[in-house]
Amino acid sequence: MIPGSPQRKALLENAVKGRSLWDDARRRLMRNRAAVASMVVLAVMVTLAVVGPFLVPFHYDTVTKTDVWMSPMTGGHLLGTDSLGRDLLARLLAGLGVSLAIGVVATSVSLLIGVVWGSVAGYLGGRLDEVMMRVVDTLYSLPFIFFVILLMVTFGRNIFLIFLAIGAVEWLTMSRIVRGQTLSLKDKEFIEAARAAGLSSGQIIARHIVPNLLGPVVVYVTLTIPAVIIAESFLSFLGLGVQPPMASLGTLIATGAQDMEMAPWLLIFPSLTMIVTLMAFNFIGDGLRDALDPKDR
Amino acid sequence: MLRFLFRRLLVAIPTLFLVITVAFFMMRAAPGSPFVNERQLSPEVEKVIQAQYGMDRPLVEQYVSYLGDVVRGDFGPSLKYRDKTVLDILKENYGVSLKLGLSAILIAALMGVSLGVIAALRQNKVADYATMTLAILGVCIPTFVTAPLLVLFFASRLGWLPTAGWNNGALLNMVLPVAVLALPQIAIISRLTRAGMIEVLRSNYIRTARAKGLPDNLIVRKHALRAAILPLVSYLGPACAGLLTGSLVVEKIFNLPGLGKFFVISALQRDYTVVMGMVIVYALLILTLNLIADMMYAALDPRVKLS
Repeated sequence: MIPGSPQRKALLENAVKGRSLWDDARRRLMRNRAAVASMVVLAVMVTLAVVGPFLVPFHYDTVTKTDVWMSPMTGGHLLGTDSLGRDLLARLLAGLGVSLAIGVVATSVSLLIGVVWGSVAGYLGGRLDEVMMRVVDTLYSLPFIFFVILLMVTFGRNIFLIFLAIGAVEWLTMSRIVRGQTLSLKDKEFIEAARAAGLSSGQIIARHIVPNLLGPVVVYVTLTIPAVIIAESFLSFLGLGVQPPMASLGTLIATGAQDMEMAPWLLIFPSLTMIVTLMAFNFIGDGLRDALDPKDR
Repeated sequence: MLRFLFRRLLVAIPTLFLVITVAFFMMRAAPGSPFVNERQLSPEVEKVIQAQYGMDRPLVEQYVSYLGDVVRGDFGPSLKYRDKTVLDILKENYGVSLKLGLSAILIAALMGVSLGVIAALRQNKVADYATMTLAILGVCIPTFVTAPLLVLFFASRLGWLPTAGWNNGALLNMVLPVAVLALPQIAIISRLTRAGMIEVLRSNYIRTARAKGLPDNLIVRKHALRAAILPLVSYLGPACAGLLTGSLVVEKIFNLPGLGKFFVISALQRDYTVVMGMVIVYALLILTLNLIADMMYAALDPRVKLS
């Protein structure tokens, strides 16, 4: 057939297009209604957290003595006000933003440590692998939440420290997953080819191992973010996390729990926001797992 | 089995040592002192008190002597409650935590396994979807959200249950705290059981049991269940860790006189010895439970060899 001829063009157009692994995964993900709905919900949440504070006519820590304990839908306060007359909607949006930010940043910390640790241990193997994984095992069996509490007490309640502390706790599982995947990858032909071409171990890990870990890592990241949000809120609930006047979902729930007899809305709206956010992440995580790893079903 | 135990103990000891070391130096690096009260102590008096507790010596020296004491089972005196030792405080307060934790894990196991089995037997039917929805909710909603919401509804609004307090472990006072602790565990256990059960029910030996005409409930109870709940055993360790952190919140919200509540307060008050004692107890607990879980796993599944 002559190149550029109409027949060939027609043939090419009708040819069955190959689907990549990622195309396949996306297709499966899009068929998962819970996951798609969750993505929409999450997109709305993120947009609200970013844009919302500019749309609400109140600032999250403006104290208005005359507007104390207002019920939802009164005096222009859509979700009511708290004991200091601060608008709950404004506080909720600010808190959501803080919680999401902590989730993303701390997860990135854990991602970085976990991927490097796991891929190095898995690829280099041998004694080094043994030692590195023993470290992970040891850390696993520590009562970590106590150390995080001690850390908060020791170094003051600094928001960056919260990122670091939670990230440092969450990397353990990540490193195990990454190591397992690396072990199954490292005997594949393309790694052997890379080695034969004279690449160093560092280059092979960075260029060939890590990109191929993406699937399981992405799944675990979507499951780590809610875990981090819970951890931060847990600390805030105990009074060790984000400090006033800043808000996070955890601090809002904590103060809401104190004032719930007087003003149940202060507890209910932050709790609902928390639940919806966490569920959205979980559904997306489950959907991604089904989509990327079809044999797991 | 014995060799396995021995090896695991060899790993456990350095772990415990690490826990003690990190906790000790972290606690001491914290600004503030246990002897700061509302009334200002003169520097001389503070020095005398510090000397009394041996805290005027170099830190490393204190650390070594503390390690020695711990090995002998002496956790030292509390720095805040002057007439009590750390062991006294632990003894007085562990009962509440233990009772809560055990009730929660027991209820969670019973309900979780039952729900999981029902869901697996009625796969893709209403009962299955209902259970799994519940399970997702249970996994997603943290204890510090369920606790106040349940209190608001059942105690404040309906008035069926007390809002807080221990009341010497009266049944009504325990309902809400135990429910809050058990819910997430029920969720996870029912998911694990369902997954295990579905897999086991497809296996050949179950088909054989069916073929020879055994009644369904006998197959489920005698043959399938035992294999299906195997993954649960290895979940025991993490479950207890979850209960421990959960109890921190639950004891605070319900104002219960348990260990968890003491931990945060003591850390904030710089009661070094009490904090150390609790960290050690919790670490020991987690290590022991993990070990028991591993041994039970091997005992239940002959294919698993301990090495």
